[in-house]
Amino acid sequence: MREGLPGRLHSQGLVRKSTASTCELRPESKETMSKSFATVDGNEAAAHVAHRLSEVCAIYPITPSSSMGELADEWSSRGKKNIWGTIPTVIEMQSEGGAAGAVHGALQSGALTTTFTASQGLLLMIPNMYKIAGELTSTVFHVTARTLATHALSIFGDHSDVMAVRSTGWAMLCSANIQEAHDQALIATAAALESRIPVMHFFDGFRTSHEVQKLELLSDDDLRALINDELIFAHRQRALSPDHPVIRGTAQNPDVFFQAREASAPYYKACPGIVQSVMDRFAARVGRAYKLFEYHGSPTADRVIVIMGSGSETAMETVEYLNAHGENVGLLRVRLYRPFSAEHFLAALPSSVRSIAVLDRTKEPGALGDPLYTDVVCALAERGNAPRVIGGRYGLSSKEFTPSMVKVVFDELKSASPKKQFTVGIEDDVSNSSLKYDPAFSVEPTDVFRARFYGLGADGTVGANKNSIKIIGDETNLYAQGYFVYDSKKSGAITVSHLRFGPRPIRSCYLVSNPNFVACHQPGFLDKYEMIADAQKGATFLLNTAVPADKIWDTLPREVQQAILDKQLKFYIIDAYRVAAEAGMGSLINTIMQTCFFAISGVLPREEAIAAIKKTIKKTYEKKGEHIVTKNFEAVDRTLANLVEVPLPAKVSATRTRPAAVSDKAPEFMRGVLAKIIEGNGDSLPVSAFPPDGTFPLTTSVWEKRAIALEVPIWDTDWCIQCNKCVMVCPHAAIRAKVVPGDQVNGKRPEGFKTMPYSGTDVPGTGMLYSLQVAPEDCTGCGLCIDVCPAKNKREPRLKAINLEPLPQVRERERANWDYFLSLPSVPREELRISTVKGAQLLEPLFEFSGACSGCGETPYIKLLTQLYGDRAMIANATGCSSIYGANLPTTPYSVNAQGRGPAWANSLFEDNAEFGLGFRVTLDKQNEFARELLTALRDQVGHELADGILGAEQNTEQEITAQRRRVSDLKDILASIHTPQARQLESLSGKLVKHAVWIVGGDGWAYDIGYGGLDHVLSMGRNINILVLDTGVYSNTGGQCSKATPLGAVAKFAAGGKPVPRKDLAMMAINYGHVYVAQVAFGSNDLQTLRAFQEAESYDGPSLIIAYSHCIAHGIDMGQGLQQHKKVVDSAAWPLFRFDPRRKDNGELPLQMDSKPPKLKVRDWAYSETRFKMLTHSNPAEAEHLMALAEKDIKARWDIYMQLAGMDGANDNAKTGGQA
Amino acid sequence: MKMTTRYLGLTLKHPVVASASPLSHTLDGVRRLEDAGAAAVVLPSLFEEQIEQESMHMLHTMQQGTESFAEARSYLPEPDQFMVGPDQYLRLISDARKSCEVPIIASLNGHSPGTWAQYARLMESAGASALELNIYYLATRFDISGAEVEQNYIDILKTVKKEVKIPVALKLGPYFSAFASMAKRCDDAGADALVLFNRFYQPDLDIEELEVRPRVDLSVSSEIRVPLRWLAILHGHLKCNLAATSGIHTPDDAIKLIMSGADAVMLCSALFQWGVHRLGRLAEEIDDWGTEHGYESLEMLKGSMSQRAVKDPEAFERANYMRTLQSFKPIA
Repeated sequence: MREGLPGRLHSQGLVRKSTASTCELRPESKETMSKSFATVDGNEAAAHVAHRLSEVCAIYPITPSSSMGELADEWSSRGKKNIWGTIPTVIEMQSEGGAAGAVHGALQSGALTTTFTASQGLLLMIPNMYKIAGELTSTVFHVTARTLATHALSIFGDHSDVMAVRSTGWAMLCSANIQEAHDQALIATAAALESRIPVMHFFDGFRTSHEVQKLELLSDDDLRALINDELIFAHRQRALSPDHPVIRGTAQNPDVFFQAREASAPYYKACPGIVQSVMDRFAARVGRAYKLFEYHGSPTADRVIVIMGSGSETAMETVEYLNAHGENVGLLRVRLYRPFSAEHFLAALPSSVRSIAVLDRTKEPGALGDPLYTDVVCALAERGNAPRVIGGRYGLSSKEFTPSMVKVVFDELKSASPKKQFTVGIEDDVSNSSLKYDPAFSVEPTDVFRARFYGLGADGTVGANKNSIKIIGDETNLYAQGYFVYDSKKSGAITVSHLRFGPRPIRSCYLVSNPNFVACHQPGFLDKYEMIADAQKGATFLLNTAVPADKIWDTLPREVQQAILDKQLKFYIIDAYRVAAEAGMGSLINTIMQTCFFAISGVLPREEAIAAIKKTIKKTYEKKGEHIVTKNFEAVDRTLANLVEVPLPAKVSATRTRPAAVSDKAPEFMRGVLAKIIEGNGDSLPVSAFPPDGTFPLTTSVWEKRAIALEVPIWDTDWCIQCNKCVMVCPHAAIRAKVVPGDQVNGKRPEGFKTMPYSGTDVPGTGMLYSLQVAPEDCTGCGLCIDVCPAKNKREPRLKAINLEPLPQVRERERANWDYFLSLPSVPREELRISTVKGAQLLEPLFEFSGACSGCGETPYIKLLTQLYGDRAMIANATGCSSIYGANLPTTPYSVNAQGRGPAWANSLFEDNAEFGLGFRVTLDKQNEFARELLTALRDQVGHELADGILGAEQNTEQEITAQRRRVSDLKDILASIHTPQARQLESLSGKLVKHAVWIVGGDGWAYDIGYGGLDHVLSMGRNINILVLDTGVYSNTGGQCSKATPLGAVAKFAAGGKPVPRKDLAMMAINYGHVYVAQVAFGSNDLQTLRAFQEAESYDGPSLIIAYSHCIAHGIDMGQGLQQHKKVVDSAAWPLFRFDPRRKDNGELPLQMDSKPPKLKVRDWAYSETRFKMLTHSNPAEAEHLMALAEKDIKARWDIYMQLAGMDGANDNAKTGGQA
Repeated sequence: MKMTTRYLGLTLKHPVVASASPLSHTLDGVRRLEDAGAAAVVLPSLFEEQIEQESMHMLHTMQQGTESFAEARSYLPEPDQFMVGPDQYLRLISDARKSCEVPIIASLNGHSPGTWAQYARLMESAGASALELNIYYLATRFDISGAEVEQNYIDILKTVKKEVKIPVALKLGPYFSAFASMAKRCDDAGADALVLFNRFYQPDLDIEELEVRPRVDLSVSSEIRVPLRWLAILHGHLKCNLAATSGIHTPDDAIKLIMSGADAVMLCSALFQWGVHRLGRLAEEIDDWGTEHGYESLEMLKGSMSQRAVKDPEAFERANYMRTLQSFKPIA
């Protein structure tokens, strides 16, 4: 074996087979003296206890807590029982508000009930939390503490959500690591039952909820030993029952409320003591001791940090290091934050302490200090002779919190005049609050193996690493830790895995630095990210590349060569994609890269590791097909034969360096701020770099040239029929058409830039040329454009008028072509005929190059919206996929046109989007009205002709809007010379005289579930708003949970056994109002009908609702074939196309027009082409058949109703022609 | 007339068998065929490539997008139990065996010798009464000779025969350069029956959409003549049973094939065209015809017009072709 750290682990006998049973999480049926270990993340650790201690779980998905609910649901659906021998009931609600209500009801009726949530979800529970606590009801909520949305949404971890509910009267118990999340889930439940104070058990989102660690499992008997059944009986006895009826929820008046509110005080007084006694009983039973406030460090410490959560792990590690290096410091970690027991706090603090720094992971703007700080100050004030206390903020939104930051806080405490309030971990050059720390400071022990892996989301890197951790955690007595950093993009996303293995529990709750092992699973990343600069000397570097060993060195950028030589890295390469293809694994390289890791890292003896990989493969894939196991085995064997060590040359040979993240032509904010984020250096940006109110510019994604496609479409003018369908379906606006006067295509035209004579009537003029061009570095290579292209190459029909070609071969040429294409003039929008797909697709998209999934089914609708109305649209966007690919930093796909106009976009929340958008409309209408009043009043000064022109303007067409813009511009000129307050008012409101479009956009989770109440109300108001529902039939953004739009029979999370009821017919519900324009569309089935629906919705002076079929990765389909799924779902009548236009009634017509042709495909032939349906036929064929029969019946019944409403007996013109007439 | 016949070591109540088709794809379907009077039911072919393709597709669609994005580490739940590959087919075999009286013949279409054996064994364990190997090999490679193709058939047959104890039938196409010899080799290699013939679906072109479309046409009665000729030639020369399929719609069709030497006649197109009740009715009609014409048993009918039994054996050979040509008179 190679010398080095792992070798030492072996030689010291630290690596040996674990004798403990491993890792299948299951309640144990009998007491066992042997310890049971599992390698899981924090969510699973907590849920594993919560599920076993519940009768009812009412849940709603929200990151990062979703997997707790999903696991509970999965376990219940598999028949796993709680410790009393019954299967907990798990119900998904329509929102966290709904979940809290259901929890409250279940508790009041006596069930042991729990829920899992985070962030804004927790806030939606606040009203019920006050009630539950006010009624002294025993329950536990398990919360993955997450940032609250303020200037921006963030899914990551801090304490802003839990601190926002600290006044509800709930006990707050914090777990700092995965073992604690498991243990304290039990302690919390036992304490809640005994104290009658409900407990919010929380741990840090992502850092704890998603970190994978090896933990010691609590057995069912451990749980039984801590939970007193008598207390459960008492809980049930207090519940509402007609057998011994009581009333709760009275209304009380000034005479008594106050006194009654104080009546519960003794329970709060007793609570800390009860929690500690439960902790003590737990310690006696299990051996792990916890304290409400736990002190670590020198008993005579003069400086102490007070901290809560995962940061306390890092602080503890640092304190140990500092004390070992001559310091005299300590750490007080907080577990029970509410009720805050000053008595326990003071008792835990050493009397020697002279100064204290309290670290909060939240920001309470405007407060004297953040919450934990103020509590500590308050507690100390009661003691007298209090030490000096300073307060600091760290780690907001999972910002790294490292030993160097802990050290600088202790250093600050040494200072004669420390900052009373500080921040650490950022550079605050605005308020100068931050402490300056030394990033090079490290306390990591040398016997911990550290590895970092750079993978593409799609290549299975994270999954493979999770497997590796399980293998090491399960097969040895080493401790293992894994933490995974994901991208903000959904396509072409990078993942960075941080793994540690060591002989002791790992407390390093921060990313790996100075790794012993670095793996780059995608060769392109070497040009984008710095990944080996901090590697240890002599570390191993593994690169997946198709370049052979004798040529690889010269292809590396200069910085990489230098770092390899400086650090004398052991450099290995593997051509993983070739090995995968040869083994019949397609492009799945996870097994191959995992094998490489075990083969060269030395963490485990090679043969043992390979055997363990094969064992895992068998376990993972056996049920999915024996040949998949065989192919994976073959991949393992081929890997070992193809893994090559590259001998290092003596010196650097490369002349090229890593390219800049963005062009030097980009705007300053793009280069100075956003480019840093793109490079992965966002942490280095100071406070001053950011807008203080969360406002960002548009047109930024255009600078982020990701070049993630393997192949891009190339136009063949010989066969193109200029239909522009490819432009319509492109999810990323990466393929565009232009019609240009022939004389404008001039001498600067790059060689290879193609045009053809324009044929059509959608633009005026003669001698026009048509060009179709791909943005090669923005295309994701999804292939939807090829799929939709109707023009086949007649000589070779496998080819079409656009065909995929490998990006490297065409990149330079097409980049030049794209730049030239952009420089060509566009036909002014008012001159285009936009009633056809061909004409409308010549409109400039103001939504381009999003980070949505490759082949996304939602984005073509948004792009179309921006083409038609983007220059005058205000978009209210519900939280979800569309808000994430719409506005997740670093860049936004929303862009402006040459006049600087573009969509004004904002995201408020998940639940309130319809109301938020209605607010836009109310403002626009009010200010339009006011502007008209002012203009009427100023008519004489402005001039009658202009004023009357503006006031009487029709604004229904592009031409009319352009004319109105011109008049308003003239008005502004005139107003400048009118010096009255009214003129100033009108000046500031004149823009509102031009018609605006209000679009309210979101997914089905919003429209059908959490936001439905608001959506329904907004529809009922009759205001001129347009609602676009991007209906994927699941909560796509949070990972495919069932919504009320999920079709009957489809498998989704929370509907693992197939959804038993049909999807809600939102369209029919809206139609019932009578005054709402309603369209159901699917652009892949009928693009013209989609276009018409958008135009009719916008032109309708009232509420409009477009429900848009959106194929989705969560359907289990090949995303390049998404349009085929549109055709199938429509052809089967599972998604009928129609338009309900109330205006038709004025002409004596029935308002509903069917645009679908009669069904020509069986429902099952559509459904079983998608894995979400098909998988049920494999897991439960009888149920699949039962549900499919129900679905067929339901779809037929609905079709008949729509046909009747349309006054059709199957012989309607529209239905015959599919709306193309 | 005594209608029983021996086929694949089984005693069938009459010779009319439901051929492999989508009609026997489900347990309900198998039951319907039995109720309609089938003497045995051949299940649809288990296609090895299809299984592999389906499970790879399932794996791909369940894995795509996973562990890429912080909010959605997966998009579909992971079921506890998952049956891919032959599991559902095997369950159909065992369910059909449990709930039906008639013999259940499993059918297998594979592509590699290893998996043929494995699946055959699984089908036997699931309770199949017999196996039908449907070897649909189209020799499109330019470097493979007819001899190699034939050898491959024999190898597959031997592999499977070694693995299972239940009888094994071989369903063949007619496109061999020396079919009699090929049939003999199969017989020698241990085939318990030959099923003549596989109707290969031939591709068609869609000249509007410029696409190749697989096309399924129902058979017509005239198609019985290919199996008829070879049944008549083979009858009496082989140890194994012979079954006829392709174009059987009327009692006359069936009787002709039985007279040529078929131990069983298999229906598929006729069931789609006329309904499953054709099965029982056809058996009755054969019975009526035989009784009417003084045949005591099916055995008496079987092979009575085979090459060995007829007055003019050359009629089954090239002479027939010459005569046909000579008798052809264009309409003036």
